[in-house]
Amino acid sequence: MAAKKKTIRTIPQERTPAREQDPVVRARNFAEVTHGYRVEDALLEADRCLMCPDQPCVRGCPVNIDIPVFIRKITEKNFHGAYDTITATNLLPAVCGRVCPQENQCEGVCTVGDSLEPVAIGRLERWVGDMAIAEGWSNVPYIEPSGYRVGIVGSGPAGMACAADMAKAGCDVTVFEAFHEAGGVLKYGIPEFRLPNSVVDAEIAKLVQLGIKFECNTLVGRLFSIEQMIEEMGFHAVFIGTGAGYPSFMGIPGESLNGVLSANELLTRCNLMHAREFPSYDTPLPPGRRVAVIGAGNTAMDALRVCLRLGSERVSCVYRRSRKEAPARAEEIHHAEQEGIEFHWLTSPVEVLDDGNRGVRGLRCVRMELGEPDASGRRRPIPVEGSEFDIEADMVVYAIGTNANPIIGQTSRLKLNSRGYIDTDESLATSIAGVYAGGDIVTGAATVIQAMGAGRRAAASMRAWLGLRDTDSVYRDVRDDPARKLFGIELDEHDFALVRAPAGASTTPAATP
Amino acid sequence: MHTDPTRPRNEIVRREDFSDVTYLLEVRHPMLARAARAGQFVIVMPHEHGERIPLTIADFDRERGTVTLVIQAVGKTTREMQQTCKVGTVLHALVGPMGIPSHIGTARKVMCVGGGLGVAPVFPQARAYKESGAYVIGILGFRNRDLVFWEDKFRACCDELILCTDDGSAGIKGLVTEGMKQAMAKHPDIDECVAIGPPVMMKGCAEATRAAGIKTVVSLNPVMVDGTGMCGGCRVKIGEIVKFACVDGPDFDGHLVDFDDLMFRLQRFKATEREAAERFNESCRMRNIEAAPTTEGATG
Repeated sequence: MAAKKKTIRTIPQERTPAREQDPVVRARNFAEVTHGYRVEDALLEADRCLMCPDQPCVRGCPVNIDIPVFIRKITEKNFHGAYDTITATNLLPAVCGRVCPQENQCEGVCTVGDSLEPVAIGRLERWVGDMAIAEGWSNVPYIEPSGYRVGIVGSGPAGMACAADMAKAGCDVTVFEAFHEAGGVLKYGIPEFRLPNSVVDAEIAKLVQLGIKFECNTLVGRLFSIEQMIEEMGFHAVFIGTGAGYPSFMGIPGESLNGVLSANELLTRCNLMHAREFPSYDTPLPPGRRVAVIGAGNTAMDALRVCLRLGSERVSCVYRRSRKEAPARAEEIHHAEQEGIEFHWLTSPVEVLDDGNRGVRGLRCVRMELGEPDASGRRRPIPVEGSEFDIEADMVVYAIGTNANPIIGQTSRLKLNSRGYIDTDESLATSIAGVYAGGDIVTGAATVIQAMGAGRRAAASMRAWLGLRDTDSVYRDVRDDPARKLFGIELDEHDFALVRAPAGASTTPAATP
Repeated sequence: MHTDPTRPRNEIVRREDFSDVTYLLEVRHPMLARAARAGQFVIVMPHEHGERIPLTIADFDRERGTVTLVIQAVGKTTREMQQTCKVGTVLHALVGPMGIPSHIGTARKVMCVGGGLGVAPVFPQARAYKESGAYVIGILGFRNRDLVFWEDKFRACCDELILCTDDGSAGIKGLVTEGMKQAMAKHPDIDECVAIGPPVMMKGCAEATRAAGIKTVVSLNPVMVDGTGMCGGCRVKIGEIVKFACVDGPDFDGHLVDFDDLMFRLQRFKATEREAAERFNESCRMRNIEAAPTTEGATG
C-alpha cells in the first residue's frame, strides 16, 4: 500500500510563516526576533516536502543532514526520531536552524523551490532542536573507549563538531577555549536576539554528556604550544579551530579616534560581556547616538541591530556595492530594514571626521558605481568623482571582515599560507602529523555550518589517521543497513516507482517489486 | 611540581599592600607560571559580572606555581579587587600568558626603567637581562619614599640601581628621565633601554634616548577586551603602521610609538569609568566600608 503520491499541486502552496516580534517593539529589546514554529506549523510545513528522490537538499547541506527523512519523521509525529536523524550528522540543530544561510544551501536547491517557496527546512530543524532542549532529549550512544586522547583548540562551531565526532568514536576529548565561556563566535559574536546564549549552553551541555571536557581560560599557543600538546601532554591528535577573528580596518584617516571600533569588539562587549546590562555587569559600552556601520555582511547586520537595541537613535549601514551584492543573508537585511536601519548602498567611507576632541562627528563618504566584474565575480565598485558627502555619526563600527589570528602561527612551526591561514591538505591535515585544522582559520571567514562541516571532515581524517575503524557506525545512514533493504531497494522509499537506477545500470526506472 | 594539586587554580596565595593604592597578589596557576616569560601579561576577570582587565606579569615562580601581579587601584575593578581579593579567594578568570615575550637579546649594558605602575612589570625583564649576562642598570621612579617597593628585589638583579622620587625623599629628586641622564652620562656604552610605566613617562624615556640612538623598548597597555587579537580595541600606531598590542606586542620600539594617540585612546571610556567609580564609592559608603582614597590619573 504505497503512500499517496504527493505532487507540487497537492502540497500546501504557501510556506508556513514563522511568527516574529513586531519590528517596532523588537528593535528596542534583545529577545529573539523570530519565534519558533508551533506543532501545527511544523506539521503543516513538513507536509510541503515532496520526498523527491533526487534529494538536492541533502547535497546542499554542508554536513549532509538527511533532510527528507527527518521531515518525514515529523509528518509521522515521530519527533524524537526526527531529532535522531538530524543529530546523526549535526549535533547542534537549535543553533544551525537559526543561523545557517539556508537560502544558499538546502533551501536554495529544494525541488519545491523550483515552482513555489522552498520548504522551510531551517525552521523545521530549529523546531526539532528546540523541542529536544525543552524535552531534555539527548542522544548519548554507547561509546567504546578507544584509548586515544584528542585535544581541540577553540570551542566554536568547528571545534564542537570535531569534538562530538571524536567523542563518539571513543576518544577522550578536551576542548580548550581562551575566553571564560565556551561557544566561540556563537557566544561572543551572534547576538541574543538571533541566537540566545541559553540555546548555545544547552547544546554545549549535550557535548558534555558525551564526555567532552571544556577547559576555558586556556590560550593555546601561549599557555602551551600545539607541539607540546602532542609531545608532552599526551594528546594523540589535535584539531585547531581557532577562527579568523583579527578584525580588518580600512586605513583611512581618523580610524584611531575614540568612537571607532570593530564589530567584534562591539559584539563581544554586548554579547559575551553583557555590556548591555551595565552597570550590573562591569564592562562598559556607551551607545552611539548616531552610528554608522561599514560593511553589509551578517556581522554588519548584527552590529547594526545591536546598536539599535542599545538605544542609538539612528543607525546606518554603509556599503560600497549594492544591495544585490551584500553578503548578508537576505533575511537579515530584510529584518534590519524592517527595524528602521538606514542603508547607504554604493557608498564608501573615505575619512572618519574628528569632533575636535578626539571623538567622532561623522563619516565622510563617496558615492560608488558598479563597473566590470572583478575576480570575485562581483561588479567592482568605482568612486564617482566629486560625490563626497558626510553622514552624521558619533560612533563608527567596522564590519568589513577579519584576518587570520596570528597566535598559533607565532607559537608553532605549522605551515601557514601567504595570508597567514593554516595550510592544510584535502583531508584538513596540517604540516604536523596528527594535527588537523578547519573552519575560518583555514578558509577565512565563512559560516557556522561550513565550520561545522570542516570540523566533521577533520574528525573523519583524524579517525582514519588514528586507525579507528568502524566508528562510523554511529553515523551510518539507516538505509545502508542491508536488513532495511528489499532487493537492494530501501524500505524507506515511499514511492518505489521513483527509485533511480544505480549509476551505470539501465536508465529505465526500477520496476515495482 | 611542588604545588598542591588539590588547591584550586587562580587562588590568591599571598597579598601584600605597598601603599594605599598599590597591592600585590600572588596567584596559583602552575601551568601559567611555567609558561610565563618576561614582558607578557594576563587578563583577569575578578568575578562573574566583572570586566576583563589586562595586567602585566610582575613575577612568576615556577617552583611555587604562582604568578605575581602588582595592581594600582585606579578604576572601579581594581579598587573593588583591592577590597575583595584576600588570601584564599579565587579569581573568576585568569588567562595568559598573553603577548609576545620580550626579546632578551645580546645587549651588554641595559637600562631597565620603571615608573609607578611600571616598576613591577620591568622586574622580570631586569632579571632576564641579568641572567643573559648583561650589565643591568635599574632606574625606578616613585612619587615619594612611602610608595617605594621591591627595592631589594631590584638590588638583587641590578648592577646599579637609581631611585628617583618626585620630592627627593628617596634617591635622587626628579623623574626617571633624570636617572636615565645620569646613567647615560656615566655609561656611554648603554646599548638598550626598557621602559615601562604610564604612557607619558614612556614617551619621556623614548625622547631621552632618541638622540643617543639607544634602542628603547616600551610595553603598551591600552584598552582591550579579549587579549587574543579579536577585538582590535588595543590598536596602537607604530610609525605609520597600526598594530594590536595584545598579539603584535605588548613590546614596541619606543622611538616609533605614537604616544599621543595612545594617551587619547586611553581616555575612551573615561566618562563611563568615572561613573562606575563614583557608583562604587557610593556603594562602599552604603556598606559602611571606608572608600579607597582618591586615585591618581594614570592608565586606563
